[in-house]
This record gives sequence, C-alpha cells and structure tokens, in this order.
Amino acid sequence: MEISILTLAMLLALPVIVVLAFVFVPTGDIWHHLASTVLKDYVVNSLWLMLGVAIGTLLLGVSAAWLTSMCQFPGRGVFEWALLLPLAMPAYIIAYTYTGMLDFAGPVQSTLRDWFGWGFGDYWFPEIRSLNGAVLMLTLVLYPYVYLLSRAAFLSQSICVLDVSRTLGNGPWRTFWLVAVPLARPAIIAGLSLALMEALADYGTVQFFGVPTFTTGIFRTWFGMGSSAAAAQLAAGLMIFVFALIFIERYSRRQARYHHTSRRHQDLRRYQLTGLSAFLAFLLCFLILFFGFLLPAGQLLSWTISVADYVIDAQFLSLVMNSLKLAAIAACLALVLALFLAYGYRLFPSRPIRFAVRLAGMGYAIPGAVIAVGVMIPFAWIDNTVDSWARQSFDVSTGLILSGTLVAVTFAYLTRFLAVSLQTVESGLGKITPSMDEAGRSLGFKPVQLLSRVHVPMLRGSLLTALLLVFVDVLKELPATLILRPFNFNTLAVRAFELASDERLAEAAPAALAIVLAGIIPVIIISKTITRSRQIAAEHRDIA
Amino acid sequence: MLKTALIAGVVGLSSLLNPLMANANEVNLYSARIEALIKPILDEFTAETGIRVNLVTGGADELLQRLQSEGRNTPADILLTTDAGRLHRAKEVGLLQAFASETLERNIPENYRDPEGYWVGLSMRARPIMYVRDRVDPSTLSSYEDLADPRWKGKICTRSSSNVYNQSLVAAMMAANGEAATEQWARALVNNFARPPRGGDRDQIKAAAAGQCDLVIANTYYLAGMLTDNDPAERQAAEVIDVFWPNQQDRGTHVNVSGAGLTAAARNRDAAIALIEFLSGDRAQQWYAEANGEYPVRDDIEIGEILSQWGDFKADPLDMSILGDNNAQALRLMDRAGWR
Repeated sequence: MEISILTLAMLLALPVIVVLAFVFVPTGDIWHHLASTVLKDYVVNSLWLMLGVAIGTLLLGVSAAWLTSMCQFPGRGVFEWALLLPLAMPAYIIAYTYTGMLDFAGPVQSTLRDWFGWGFGDYWFPEIRSLNGAVLMLTLVLYPYVYLLSRAAFLSQSICVLDVSRTLGNGPWRTFWLVAVPLARPAIIAGLSLALMEALADYGTVQFFGVPTFTTGIFRTWFGMGSSAAAAQLAAGLMIFVFALIFIERYSRRQARYHHTSRRHQDLRRYQLTGLSAFLAFLLCFLILFFGFLLPAGQLLSWTISVADYVIDAQFLSLVMNSLKLAAIAACLALVLALFLAYGYRLFPSRPIRFAVRLAGMGYAIPGAVIAVGVMIPFAWIDNTVDSWARQSFDVSTGLILSGTLVAVTFAYLTRFLAVSLQTVESGLGKITPSMDEAGRSLGFKPVQLLSRVHVPMLRGSLLTALLLVFVDVLKELPATLILRPFNFNTLAVRAFELASDERLAEAAPAALAIVLAGIIPVIIISKTITRSRQIAAEHRDIA
Repeated sequence: MLKTALIAGVVGLSSLLNPLMANANEVNLYSARIEALIKPILDEFTAETGIRVNLVTGGADELLQRLQSEGRNTPADILLTTDAGRLHRAKEVGLLQAFASETLERNIPENYRDPEGYWVGLSMRARPIMYVRDRVDPSTLSSYEDLADPRWKGKICTRSSSNVYNQSLVAAMMAANGEAATEQWARALVNNFARPPRGGDRDQIKAAAAGQCDLVIANTYYLAGMLTDNDPAERQAAEVIDVFWPNQQDRGTHVNVSGAGLTAAARNRDAAIALIEFLSGDRAQQWYAEANGEYPVRDDIEIGEILSQWGDFKADPLDMSILGDNNAQALRLMDRAGWR
C-alpha cells in the first residue's frame, strides 16, 4: 500500500521531475545574459503580481464568502452561487475583453474624448495593459478559489465555537477576525495557494499586457533563444520558490489542528443586515460579480452575436463535445487519484510520501506549455524505446503508442490539475477528526472500507467540488492541449486561443463564450452541494 | 505463441491509441499557421487529389520540441511555420530533410528557398512602416534606420520584442548594419516609443489611429484584416492608416516567409511533396492574398484590391536562413537595448 502510493505519486510527478532535471543541463552564458539584463524585471514583476493577486483574492474571496454564508441581505441567495461564475472565465479571455473596452482606442476612452474634446495626453486614464491591470484581471478570475474554499469552511464551522465567541462578548467583527478566519485558515490558504500558483503560471495575460514576468521570460528564452534547457531552469526556479512558500506556510502551522472538536452542529443564524449595511453588502457582491463576470461575458455575447452566422457551424458542436469529454475524463481520474494520495498520506504520514505527494501537486505552478514538454519527453522516450526493442526483437515497428494521443493529453491534465483536487480533498479530510478513523478501525474496517464507508460519505461535498473544479480548469486549459493533442482534434479553448492570438477577437468570442457556458453548470452544482452539505449535517444532528 | 500474442497486443493497443499509420493517401502536417489560416486550402488540396491531410496546429517552438522528442517515429511529414527562422532552426537540429522538386524550383524565387533544399517559403509577410495619413507626410519617411532619429520621439508604436517578427526585423538589420550599429539603433528606437510595447500588431495600428502615436511597425496582413473586419471600429481605425515601404533606395523592406519543410522521418514523402507543390501553385498563392492579406512568393499572381492599393515594393533579398542564424543574438541585443 505504502509503495503503491509512493509509486503513483512519483509517476504523476514525472513531468515535474523532468523539468527539474533540466537544472543540470549546461546552458552556456544565457544565465549571465539574463542576470545582466532582464532577470531583475522578471523577479520583481512576478513578486508584485503575486502580492497583488494575494491581496486582491483574499479581500474579495474572504469577504464575499463571509457575507454570503454568515449574513442575510437582499440577493444573497443568488450571489451565493453567482460569485463562482468568474471561475469559468479563462484569464486571457477576460484580458482581451477588458482591453477591447478600456484601452486608448476602445469605446470607453473614445467616448470620453468625444464628450470632452480631449486628445491624446490631455487626460489621465488608468492603463489596463500594465502590471496593475494584470493583477486586476487575475484577481477577478482567481478570487473564486478563495471564495469557494473559505465559504465551505465558514459553513462547516460549528455554531458552538462561534457561540462561545459571542458569549465572550465578541461582536460579529471580532468573531470574524478572532475565530472564524483563524479556524478557516487551512481552507483560505488552500484557495490562496491555488490562486497564486495559477497567477504565477499565467502566460496569456501578462504576455498580452506586455508585463515581463518569470513566465514570459521562460517563453522568450525558450522560443527566442532556442534554449529549452534555460527555459526549464527558469521554470524549475519558479517551482522551487512556490515549494518554499508552501513549506513556510505549513511550518508556521506546525502542531495546530483544525478539525472539529464537537459533532454538535446547529443551524447558524445569519446576521440580519438592514439599511445601509445591507446595501453595502449587496453592492460589494454585485460589483465583484459585475466586473468578474457580467461585463466580460456581455462583451463576449455581443461579439458572438456579430459573428454567429458564419463561425458557429456543425464543426463547432464537435469542439464542444471534445472539450466536455476530455474535461469529464480528467476530472474523474484526478478525483480518484487525489483521494488515493490524500488518504494514503493520512494513513502513512511518512516523509517520503509527504514529499512525493507535494511534488505531484506542484504541476499547477508551472506554465502549461512547460508541463507539456515534461510529458512529451518521457512519453516519447517510452514509445521510442519500445519501438526500438520491437524492431530488434521482432522486426516490427510499434511507432508512437502514447505520444500524440489523448492519453498523453489526459496525463498532462492530471499532472497540472492534481493540485486542485488534492488541495480540496485534503482540506476536507483535515476537518474529519482522527477519532473517526479510530472508531472505524475499532469496528474492524480495513483502510479501504474505512475510506468508502466513513470518509467518502462525509467528504461528499469536497469530492464533488474537487471534481467540478478540475472539470472547469480542463475546459479552460490551453497550452498542453495545443501541443500534445492528436491530429485533427480541437477543443473550444484551442479555437478561442487561435483566433484571439491572431487578433480576431470577435471570431474568438463564440468559443470563449461556450467555455464559459459549459463551466456555469458545474459551478452552480458546486455551490448547491456546499450549501446542502450543511443542511445534511443539520439533519443528521436532528436524527441523532 | 506468447510472442505473437504480445505483438498482437502491442500492435492492437497502438492502433487503438494512434489510428494514424502511414498510408499512401494521407499526409500529416504540423502547422504553426492557425487552423483558420490553413484548413480551407488543405481541403481544396484533398478535393483535388484525394489525399487526406491530417492537421495539428500549435506554436512553432512547441511543434519543434514535439518533432524532436518523437524522433524517427514522428507521424509528421511536413512542418509548416510562419517564419523562416524556425524552419532554419528545424534544419539545424536535423529535423528536416532536403528534397528536390522542379515545380518548387520553378515557382519559388531562390532567396525564399533554403539554399540546400531543406525548406521553401510559401507566402510572404512584409513588415513596413505604417503612418497616420493626416499627421505624417510620407516624404519625411525613408528607412527603418531613420526611425531612430530624435524627431520621432514619442511617436512610434510597435509590439514587444518577444514577438518573432520584431526579432526577425532586428536579425535582418544586424545582417545589414552589423551588431553594434543595430544595438545603437535599437536603443534610440526604444527612446522614441510612444508607450512601452504591449498588445499585438492590430493594437499598435489602433493606438495610432486613436492618436497615441504616428508611426507603427507592423505586418501588412493585420492592416488588411482590419480593413475587411466585420467590426466597423476596426475598419475605421485601419482606414486612416497608410503603408510606407522603407529602404527602397537601398536593401528594401524587411520581409519574412511562412513556409514548409519535409521532416526527416517523413513516411508519406510523395504526398507531402505534392502538398507543398500545391501550396506553391496559382490557386494557393492567390488564396494567401485573398484569405489573409499575405503576399504570394511569386510575382505572377493577382494580389487583389487591398494589397494592390499599397503598391509594389522592393523586398530585402536577404537569404532567409540568416534570420534564423541571427535570431538568438537579435533577442539578446533587444534585451540589452531595453526593448521589452
């Protein structure tokens, strides 16, 4: 059992290991050149980007989660699920739509110039294509990770703890800061680290905005200087940095435990907001939703209408089917693997297993195209080795068995998105007190029985969330699909990106909108499940 | 017995995973041209010859990496890129093979073909200076070199140095003027930028139309695409812009080619060469101009109204493989010059 967990984790970490292995490939004087010219910009911009996205996603995510789970105000029922919608929006797509609207030549500034008779240089307008713009774009599409996980944590917090806080004379604010947030820390951090890993790996947005970051540096070095080794070394540096951050965070928690101490659970009474505070709560949620989803989706819709008659054809349907099929397969596999790894680590919390599981979850911080190379190299090596062996032994060429198939594409998804399902499942498992395991064991359950009869039913909400998050992520995924896919196979993301990269934004819109639409349904299901999980918990209490 | 079962099993599995096996009536293509800009003409080829074309599109560098790791078992017969530099790089690392074709030798001018016959250029992409008609007198324009003059301070828009077309332009300048002079030029050019580079070529054109800059360095097919766009805002922006062909008194305007090479491991050699020949034929050459506003590599082809209105020009006859040779140095030079 221990060995199989270790093997599986290492297998999934294979592309990450391949990327790390490039550290030992000599790359001449490229590093000297980078260090003396652009490396400082890459590092500084990436750090600012990370800091900005961290602040932005925490502010939006945690406050929206607290409001929708602990307070009652008009529209709360809708915001509860609608605030997840930006999750379905690929970051580069939102960047394209905002640029179309806000840049110098766009309708907003043109209208202002017409109204006031301004020319270029007569007025100040925030530049969307800048580092701050990139922070804003990424915050708008990534805050839902923080929102999702912290909301689930707030909802599952036992009323007892919060009641204790109230009886000690703490008002809502103090309860929030002193009890709810610290208790939800693992969940908030899990959401935040997903958001930050994705922000660091983002290429489309920063490249389009002309912000030189580590990721754009990776691709410049790879493409422009033809040095895939130096590019992989940059990627490895990025990964080690993220690894260090996660380590520091986990170390700072050390012995603290966050599972519930009491099985007593009571329906939370939401704070009833009225008057100004209700209005402000509504306004905050509405603005987040408006800028993160309604506005860009509206722009996509209007572009789609303008080109629908010649862009949406029979082929379009096959794109939709391909995207859904891949997303469904990858999401199911990622769930099973994440459950296996997370549970394995719970059973055998040894150092090698912990390290292997962490390593397998690192793919999320690496740009998709680099992960794709990490998949391509070992797969092609296996294929070519089998082929050589078959040629020698039987005089038969087996050709490429795995490379250029959907198997390779799916494997790349698993490597890249395992972090998402792993974080979600782990944060769910962490809330189940070990005494449940002990109780199950004492009833004579074997580990697998324990998992299927005790943990899985209790984890249903987390598992569904993990499933659907990966589903939505795969729908949006581009670089690995693009480079690993078989002949004559396209997805919505490929179509949207190809046209957008050729600067045909309107023609790219239908595919982008379809990604968003296909992502909405899972997003709504996630939200309903989380809400229901609390109701079920409450019902169990009644029965008991 | 066991052996047979094993072979059957492995071959069976491989056919399940990879239904594409060498087949006389097929050709497999790795293309850096996006699907919308290649599929229609491939369909015409299939209709005419009965040869099926299987297509994977992607970034040129990623496709190169894929070819490299797949090695001798790669299914790809042809590599199609949107610049000569990458074809040259593919040749250098041994991913292409030389091939001879009378049709191609007849159709394609010598400087748009690899001297050793590893690849051919199929369409031409010119990167001239564009100017806002109302604000710039074209008689004040002359060459790329002149864009470094301080009188253009704050007037020039172009995209990031991450873009291969700017890298190729600098690579060509290095061939013409040497590295030191080009670096000086790049520094002065960066000083004249109206804003830090961002966005694509269309964005530069739109910024000029809106008043942020007067001059743009961009590929002509983006302007052509804007002129025929459905969106009236794109058309309006493009309509105030004109094309100026720089360096007509000396080496000519910088051009690059989108082209094709035969992979070293090609299994459908004849079909692949037939396809490349087809892409150099009258119909395909005309289609490049019609569908995407690119210039044919042949001068006996009708180029349509939009391209004709910008007139004839002298293109830099530089050997395209030099663009590939100089590329990495060009990028380093741009890093040093602060061209983001």
